[in-house]
Amino acid sequence: MNLTEFFRNLDRRWIFLLMLLSILIPLLFGLRFPESPSPMVLNVRSAIEELPEGSDVLMAWDFDPASRGELSPMAAAFVRHCAYKKHKLYFLTLWATGGPLIQESIDILNREFPGYEYGRDYVNLGFRPGGEGVIKVVVGDLKKLFANDVDGTSLDELALTRNLKNIRQMDLIVNVSAGYPGTKEWVLYAATPYDLEIVGGTTGVSAPSLYPYIPGQLTGLLAAIKAAAEYEQAVIDLYPALMENDTAQEGLRRMGPQLLAHMLVILLIVAGNVIYFWERRKGVAS
Amino acid sequence: MSRSGWIWTALMVVAGIYLLVRLATGGMGLVYVQDQPVEVQEPGQESWSRAVGVDPKRQGEAGVRVSWSRTVGTWLAALFTLCILSFLYGDNPLYKLAEAVFVGVSAGYWMVVGFWTGIVQNLFSKLAPDLIRSSLLPGLPESQDQELIYLFPLLLSVLMLMRLSPVGGWISRWALAFFIGATAGIRLLGYLQSDFLRQIQSTILPLVVVGSQGFDFSASLQNLTIVVGVLSCLTYFFFSIEHKGVVGGVSRLGIWFLMITFGAGFGYTVMGRIALMAQRLEFLADDWLWVIDPASRRLGM
Repeated sequence: MNLTEFFRNLDRRWIFLLMLLSILIPLLFGLRFPESPSPMVLNVRSAIEELPEGSDVLMAWDFDPASRGELSPMAAAFVRHCAYKKHKLYFLTLWATGGPLIQESIDILNREFPGYEYGRDYVNLGFRPGGEGVIKVVVGDLKKLFANDVDGTSLDELALTRNLKNIRQMDLIVNVSAGYPGTKEWVLYAATPYDLEIVGGTTGVSAPSLYPYIPGQLTGLLAAIKAAAEYEQAVIDLYPALMENDTAQEGLRRMGPQLLAHMLVILLIVAGNVIYFWERRKGVAS
Repeated sequence: MSRSGWIWTALMVVAGIYLLVRLATGGMGLVYVQDQPVEVQEPGQESWSRAVGVDPKRQGEAGVRVSWSRTVGTWLAALFTLCILSFLYGDNPLYKLAEAVFVGVSAGYWMVVGFWTGIVQNLFSKLAPDLIRSSLLPGLPESQDQELIYLFPLLLSVLMLMRLSPVGGWISRWALAFFIGATAGIRLLGYLQSDFLRQIQSTILPLVVVGSQGFDFSASLQNLTIVVGVLSCLTYFFFSIEHKGVVGGVSRLGIWFLMITFGAGFGYTVMGRIALMAQRLEFLADDWLWVIDPASRRLGM
């Protein structure tokens, strides 16, 4: 059996095994690479950084555990960055499975920013069903849908939300989304009609469809784990204390597996094409 | 036994021995929590506490304990991850089991969340606020008045449920027609304003950008790419004229733009899938097996 036949008949499970190893080995050995933030990532950072301290920021976490590996690092970086700026945070989700992921962000605040107090500095509004319908309502009257926080406490009893009428009072919307409803819906039904500033973080799959909104309707976008890693680095550049915090570098350490796995994919594509053209040439010659 | 059966059996035995050794020597897969009291907002309300996950290196500190429910959860998550990944070798009963459990749990979760957030909070609390406040939602604001307009969505919901009735199932079409009409109306306005008009506005760009430093080549090239890309892609989807000559050439350029877009989308998808796989493997190696410690959560243990 010659080499081309070997590759043609190669069981695909060997490819799976190679892919597994290319991801696992960098994880086991802690392989990491330096990241330098792109202009798009710096735009997102500026949108949060340039707000005056204590601004109101809506944190719309529209994703689920299935996309946690891709989006959780950027959600955590957003939370840390906002907390360093002492912004007031209003968490909500349009995804039924988003609740526990908001709780993960709140755990970061509890663990790393003990000065942050629930009801005064941040609030968890939880989930409401209705997709873009929810957005349409909360831009006009938040308490029509969110009369209580996630624990059932009336928003009128929390200092942060007592005088809150609608999300048009927010200085910035930060949306982390894995699809529908998500960044597109926040742009269509809140940011564009009411001229609100919004930055987003999305999965790689949905990123290309959101680029046309930049910069007019969407100030900036973190696309996939690469942008999450760059954003982590951008925030570390501003707040070097985060360098000591290993949990704040989740995206950065995921780039090791990315590099090796992408090199494997490129190698396989090149090998496949070389074999194809080699066989075609041989076929023409014979 | 088939070759596949032998491989599976050998893998299971090796994995079982490894887990036993790990459990006997270093420990693994334990989840530690600490109870934090939740501040009671209203007088008379019962106090309660929330178990917050803490790093294993804090074991032994006051108030830190092993959460057996979360530990079982971690083990189940790890074993189900392996069951799902086993599909890469071939279809098998373990994969089928994990798939069925996932579907069942998802359906149950959606049902419970839908009941509490949709039916209780969005509907019943508007129709009977006093009753809901005294029974299910003590935090419902006193300012919440009865809103009888919500009888209409209740009626539509009942009409929708008529689909399950052996007689009069057609009545559900009225509710369905309302939902479709309302959704189409909401989306039409949103898309017209934000997607159509604003996107046209965003495409009207100067092809020659002159900044304070003079001619800006980079910005000009960017604007030119956007304008040419939009026009050529629109031409490709314009079928009233045969795609020959100049129109054919522009249309072919549109195909190139589309292909590059699809390629970018595919590249992003690959990156996303690798990120998901990396996260699952990190979960297995860090949270479950304790063979790596990237976040220094077990430092000194």
